[in-house]
Amino acid sequence: MSEKKSRRDFLRDTSAAVLGAGAGLPFLATTGCEQLQDHNLRGSEQQWAMVIDVEKAKDPAVRRACAEACRREHNIPVIEEPGDEIHWIWDETFEHVFEDQVHEHTPEELMETPVLVLCNHCTNPPCVRVCPTKATWKRESDGIVMMDQHRCIGCRYCMAACPYAARSFNWRDPRPFIETDSEGNFPSEYPTRRRGVVEKCNFCAERLRDGLQPACVEAANQVPGAEGVLAFGDLTDPDSEVSRILAEQKTMSRRVALGTGPNVYYVV
Amino acid sequence: MLEAAFRGGKRYWALLGVWAILILMGLWAWGQQYTQGLTVTGMTQDVTWGIYIAQFTFLVGVAASAVMVVLPYYLHNHRAFGRMVILGEGLAVASVLMCMLFIFVDMGQPSRVVNVLLHPTLNSMMFWDMMALGGYLVLNLLIGAVTFDAERRCAPPPGWIKPIIILSIPWAVSIHTVTAFLYSGLEARTFWMTAILAPRFLASAFASGPALLILLALIIRKFSRFDPGDQAIRQLALIVAYAMAVNVFFVGVELFTALYSDMPHHIHAFEYLYVGLHGHDALVPWMWTGATLTLASVVLLLIPKIRNNLSILPFLAVGVILAIWIEKGVGMVVTGFIPSPLGRITDYLPTGVEMAVTVGVYAVGFLILTLIYKIIVNVRERMITSCP
Repeated sequence: MSEKKSRRDFLRDTSAAVLGAGAGLPFLATTGCEQLQDHNLRGSEQQWAMVIDVEKAKDPAVRRACAEACRREHNIPVIEEPGDEIHWIWDETFEHVFEDQVHEHTPEELMETPVLVLCNHCTNPPCVRVCPTKATWKRESDGIVMMDQHRCIGCRYCMAACPYAARSFNWRDPRPFIETDSEGNFPSEYPTRRRGVVEKCNFCAERLRDGLQPACVEAANQVPGAEGVLAFGDLTDPDSEVSRILAEQKTMSRRVALGTGPNVYYVV
Repeated sequence: MLEAAFRGGKRYWALLGVWAILILMGLWAWGQQYTQGLTVTGMTQDVTWGIYIAQFTFLVGVAASAVMVVLPYYLHNHRAFGRMVILGEGLAVASVLMCMLFIFVDMGQPSRVVNVLLHPTLNSMMFWDMMALGGYLVLNLLIGAVTFDAERRCAPPPGWIKPIIILSIPWAVSIHTVTAFLYSGLEARTFWMTAILAPRFLASAFASGPALLILLALIIRKFSRFDPGDQAIRQLALIVAYAMAVNVFFVGVELFTALYSDMPHHIHAFEYLYVGLHGHDALVPWMWTGATLTLASVVLLLIPKIRNNLSILPFLAVGVILAIWIEKGVGMVVTGFIPSPLGRITDYLPTGVEMAVTVGVYAVGFLILTLIYKIIVNVRERMITSCP
């Protein structure tokens, strides 16, 4: 497996070098592809991952709890206008989330099953590859695909590159659309964004720092009857809950053939 | 030499006035966008690039096409282009500036654009595109100014400029190649992820750019005493004919791959473009207009009698420009987002503000082009009498 991967990287490096030299871009191969290689799991010291139980997440209360907890944790605006709405974690129908796993005889019920989706914190993230300012990057310590909203220039190249539609752009100033309490305070301390930048799920990096689980995981598992619907942990630790589930159960992730290496998995 | 830009007849000032009014309108519209955000555009979370990036793509092609006069003249000593080369370089300068402006107006945080240079990211094609375009602008400004200045003094251009001119040839190819790589390297977008995108971009560029140059040359000789020459114009028409034929071939190759393999992902985009997908058919009339113009102009351009008729040629040139503009400036970018990775089909229509900004950017480009061409024409008119 690893031999195969390194051969693939070699091919990519060489072709980039040849093309780069041809197009007058001699530095493309040497520096550019170093970063691309970190889809080898040993590249990041840890890799946070999530496993979602699709059956348990059929309960609308679970999905509501996730979205609500995330919204409060990250001061996410609620913009109703189609095309402008901001998503971090939300649901889509099974047929669209796993479009290459369904066929014309798939039962209607499964096709229509709502599935929670969020940023996959890919091992080989296309958004990071294309970002012209390193405003989005893969954190080496724990594999989270991070976002620096102070550096983002709002070119939306990452949105064109993401095969999961996990990113949202602030087409307008989001602050007036954030629910406040009676005294006008935002739900949390998390920095609000300004207009013209891209945002997405950050696996609750700010909570992980304090030793907490992501807000959606905590909230979903508290819904009666839904215990264990979301599992979260370190993939490089063979004893973690996520590693154990992946080893024992049949799981899927989205659009595997693209080689992005999603770190959100689904028990179906 | 530059003072010529500030002297001119009524018609010259009227033309500048038209550009100025359109620029002011564009500025007003951009002000709306700057204060309210890109929400004033027709772009959405599903279709995140629209008319701005599409115009950028089209104009990179126009800019690159200067190589179609530079290469025959400097590498093959093709004398007929002697008076045409500088017009090509002027068009390249104006086009690159428009490209940069179209990128700028598309940014969510325009004041941070300099971050691309402060944090150079070698794995991003957008960084390389910025480098390629900036370099191409400098090359054309330098080459144009130095060779034209020498010519004005009735002297041969200095020897040191020759290697720089030769460098500008692969550089022209690189700007459109890197622009194609912006799209074709994205695994998320099947419609763009095709190895023939860069060759296609180049072929269509080498048709639309010279076609525009033909029109400009015909306009210049109608309104001034400077004539780039029948032979140069006819040579350009031949280049347009070949490039357009190659472009049709490339489109055919792409259609074959999609239709014969019958893979849904590859077919959806073409369905959306030419017949409509699940009732979404906003681009269908555009695309059939483009296809008709393309085929008609290729056939007519390939017939020498028609191609060489200088009273028919301007119509063919307009047809080619429109056809390629529809291909790149209307269909290419938006269709990459349809359907979305989650299977949604979201139509895109530019808003009034977006169109006003677009017209404003074009007006800036044409203003610059008018000034450059005015200087060239003035000097050339004097040379008819003064050079030995």
